[in-house]
Amino acid sequence: MKKDLLLKDGNPQQGNPLGGTLGESLRSQGVSRRSFMKFCATTASMMALPPSMIPMIANALENARRPSVIWLSFQECTGCTESLTRAHTSTVESLIFDAISLDYHHTLQAASGHAAEAAREVAMEENFGNYLLVVDGSIPLDNPGYSTIAGISNLDMLTESAKGAAAIVAVGTCATYGGIPHANPNPTGAVSVKDIIKDKPIINVPGCPPIPVVITGVLAHYLTFGAIPELDHIGRPKVFYGQSIHDRCYRRPFYDKGQFAETFDDEGAKKGWCLYKLGCKGPTTYNACATTKWNNGTSFPIESGHPCIGCSEPDFWDGGGFYKALSLPTEDLSKTAVYAAAGAAAAGVAVSALNRGKKNASNKIHIKTTIDDLTQE
Amino acid sequence: MSSVGITQFNIQMGDELTQNVQPLLHEIRHALAALLESGKASIIDLRSIPLAPGEEEAIIEALGKGEINARLEALGPSDIYETRFAGVWLTSHYNEDHVVVSRFIEITELPAILRSQREDMAGALETLNEELQKQATS
Repeated sequence: MKKDLLLKDGNPQQGNPLGGTLGESLRSQGVSRRSFMKFCATTASMMALPPSMIPMIANALENARRPSVIWLSFQECTGCTESLTRAHTSTVESLIFDAISLDYHHTLQAASGHAAEAAREVAMEENFGNYLLVVDGSIPLDNPGYSTIAGISNLDMLTESAKGAAAIVAVGTCATYGGIPHANPNPTGAVSVKDIIKDKPIINVPGCPPIPVVITGVLAHYLTFGAIPELDHIGRPKVFYGQSIHDRCYRRPFYDKGQFAETFDDEGAKKGWCLYKLGCKGPTTYNACATTKWNNGTSFPIESGHPCIGCSEPDFWDGGGFYKALSLPTEDLSKTAVYAAAGAAAAGVAVSALNRGKKNASNKIHIKTTIDDLTQE
Repeated sequence: MSSVGITQFNIQMGDELTQNVQPLLHEIRHALAALLESGKASIIDLRSIPLAPGEEEAIIEALGKGEINARLEALGPSDIYETRFAGVWLTSHYNEDHVVVSRFIEITELPAILRSQREDMAGALETLNEELQKQATS
């Protein structure tokens, strides 16, 4: 698939939305109707749509036009691009990328320097109002010099590129909610795409990194329906983020029965019991890991014996510790002067209040994971 | 190889996992009854159901294999076979690395992907015409 992602240097014409349809493009490549049906069946599964919608998807994709895509990377680790390019070798998914014209991606493109920026500018001009803008990474506001591309600050590049975009896909927790750069103490003043762009439809695809098929699924949805998918209250597509990890977890029956692993090597862990007490954030995390899984459907973190860290949620890095159960306070009650002074009658009240305010508290106090968190006993 | 000193994890052998195997078989039973009564075909996407390690294999084993087994070579291989229950088909699509990309249980007389496709037949007719014309002129 990497081959497919490589840009055609200086050929942004390819992204002309008035070009051929996906159906015409596939037929010209000798792709049979059976192959196309297989592609549509897999796309429906990828988009978490019912199989009964396969004929409709086939019809829509057949007539879809190739949109120009401009991909901007700001304060990020390239993990989101790695997730996408490393995890897939399948011809089926590479068709999604044949269906778009990736006109700018500074990590993957062959062009560099002025030629790369020229390609972006030409793609923006020729597809004004129609191109899809994909962004990974957060944007530093404290000092524009913290992160620049070709001498252009991330803020300037985002605002300039967003002007002609039909829609924006924020990929990864950094672009969607600030992510790790935004974590306390947020030295660069990192913010998300949505904090800056207010006048464009934005699809948030969080995760650190996001599941690759969720990224391609969102692109497929845009191609299929020509519109952005239904979003939840924090901008995530409901088809992928509509249910919690906990609700779709195969270990859920153990939770319901009160059977928990207490340490990583006790009998409960060996029997595959629920990891809630080991800090699993599955109950408060919305993502598709439990059904879509990772590494071509091999497994997901809980299946590998590790609690969910909640990476698709805002401020997941400041949630009080990956190995602390959700029901535990994020701070030591005895040292919490505010609640002690208030004379909270019961520790439970303090715990409840602390948990409600833990995200605010974590902004003030940076909590490190210790060896005690790992052993729990 | 000795297993002494190696921690044994048996989560794949657990008998108290999602327990989705039996309900799924009942869903197939209902769909098969509907196919017989009204001709209504159904498809179940196995990737949309939370299954514990080993449960997908358990479902496939419970369905068994019937009389027809087809191999499709289109964007990587696909295996399509009728299970031991007539009218219940298992379709597994693989990518070129032979990794499953989607898997469906189809309750139908014949999965649509096995039929010759109208667009492909039109292309085939065109090719045949061209080849015969070439032969006629050479």
